[in-house]
Amino acid sequence: MGMTLAEKILARASGRETVRPDEIVVAAVDLAMSHENADLVRKSFLEIGAPRVWDPERIVIILDHRVPAESERTAATHKAIREFVQAQGIRHFYDVGRGGICHQVLAENGHVLPGMVVVGTDSHTTTHGALGAFATGIGATEMAGVWTEGRLWFKVPSTLRILVRGEFAPWVCAKDLILHIIGRLGADGADYRAVEFDGPTIRAMTVASRMVLANLSMEMGAKVAFTPVDETLLEYLESRTGRTIPDSPDFSPDPDARYEKVLEIDVARDVPEPQVACPHSVDNVRPLSEVRGTPVHQAVVGSCTNGRLEDLAAAAEVVRGQRVHPRTRLLVIPASQRILLEAIRLGYIQTLIEAGAMINPPGCGPCVGVHQGILAAGETCISSTNRNFVGRMGSKDSFVYLASPAVVAASAIAGEIAHPEDVLGEEVA
Amino acid sequence: MTGEFKLRGRVAARLGDNIDTDVIYPGRFLNITDREKTAEHLFELAYPEIRSRIRPGDFLVAGKNFGCGSSREQATAAIKYAGVGAVIAASFARIFFRNSINLGLPAVVSPEAAAALQEGDEVEVDLTGGVITRLATGEKFTAAPLDPRAAELLAAGGLVPFLKRKYGG
Ligand code: SF4
Repeated sequence: MGMTLAEKILARASGRETVRPDEIVVAAVDLAMSHENADLVRKSFLEIGAPRVWDPERIVIILDHRVPAESERTAATHKAIREFVQAQGIRHFYDVGRGGICHQVLAENGHVLPGMVVVGTDSHTTTHGALGAFATGIGATEMAGVWTEGRLWFKVPSTLRILVRGEFAPWVCAKDLILHIIGRLGADGADYRAVEFDGPTIRAMTVASRMVLANLSMEMGAKVAFTPVDETLLEYLESRTGRTIPDSPDFSPDPDARYEKVLEIDVARDVPEPQVACPHSVDNVRPLSEVRGTPVHQAVVGSCTNGRLEDLAAAAEVVRGQRVHPRTRLLVIPASQRILLEAIRLGYIQTLIEAGAMINPPGCGPCVGVHQGILAAGETCISSTNRNFVGRMGSKDSFVYLASPAVVAASAIAGEIAHPEDVLGEEVA
Repeated sequence: MTGEFKLRGRVAARLGDNIDTDVIYPGRFLNITDREKTAEHLFELAYPEIRSRIRPGDFLVAGKNFGCGSSREQATAAIKYAGVGAVIAASFARIFFRNSINLGLPAVVSPEAAAALQEGDEVEVDLTGGVITRLATGEKFTAAPLDPRAAELLAAGGLVPFLKRKYGG
């Protein structure tokens, strides 16, 4: 009997022929990622008392949540992490100005390969399923266990398969597709499960767009979320690692794999227009036309969901030659230093600045509500990020709408939630 | 672990579905890495009044998907160090559930109890047997029994003390 991709990877990593949903396995970890919370991990690790981490080559630490340090307390945390990295000989450390948001940095530096088991002390570690890895978030104490032993127990998840076909309407993209799915399935719709995305629409997507799907799958509770390992991905990996990654049957589900459920989506029919997640939950999704006209005070393009080059390109295209509405401020946070550099080279940054955007340094920015764009009581924000919980971006009395970068940019120009076509006029295809 | 694992306490608060970790512990306090201090910011933005109501050993009762959102362990730590003896919910988000076991905070899955229990109820939770009893009436609700791995970690007081025995100098 065939296995899903999640089952295959867990079987390999736990030295088993086959595994089935609900079995508990102990899997070897290939890569362990942490950000600022490496400090919490460090504390638990020191408490455990093991003299050295299991493998300093397999631990990656990236500072991103509060960069550069916004307070003395954070500065002390960063310092403690640097000292620990040094003392333990941890090879892959991305300090302020060397990386960007952890998930982007892992991917763009070729740390993640198909078939790997990746754990991160960040819930959006699911993002790396777009690179064919079994990648999931864990807590800091659990990570201290991984740093000690290099392995972790998992309950084998059952798998939900989502097949997507059809062509996107203009200005509808991966973000709208996944918001639609979360709206349909609910915030716990994929709880404890693996998700496999496939179908012609997915295979036509860039790796960056696939990362949006895997990233946001977390918001319906998914443990891991995969998109296919195909030519597009292998080419991307080659460009990141400088070597050829041969395809393998280990990177794809078996044709006779067993699924808990198969969902079929035709984007032309089911997602005909951009989608918006309304306050205060990611599954509170409405078609754009229902919330068009809602005034916004802040618009944010960035995050591990939508802060990549294609996202900045979309935002730049929408705002080119226009000005951000007087009521609104537009913040743009490239997901990594590399992306920032590329966006400068391609002119996107200039276009955005000329339109009145403020460019913030690569990192999480206001997504986690600690610095660079906090909302006051009564303010409304439209953001390309992934969470709109109460108080996520500042005051508990502020409101966050989630949408694609193009819709965010259009809303910044209009001063209210808008479709890109509303601000671009008719001549744009 | 051998023998029974039972807890008694009072329901300090009843919460709804999809209580996320930003509500439990706002992002702005994430740079506090001293676990005991996290308790000072439990539910700070949304339900600050709950904090003062909690007496040691009390329970929190919640709907489905409790602890969804971020992997922040401070959400679990804040509940534990505020004195909560266990969280009873219809279901838990997976990272929160794992964090709870790893920090030694019982997370009890019981849709029945989550629907029935009220604030102020005195309750007994039999973690091994998977039974929750409302003491005033003797009503019993089924709960998912603890799996042996989780029981072992809870009995040790969490993952750190558990691993310390194995690796500590
Ligand atoms: S950008 Fe936001 S969601 Fe992504 S890792 Fe940073 S804080 Fe988390």
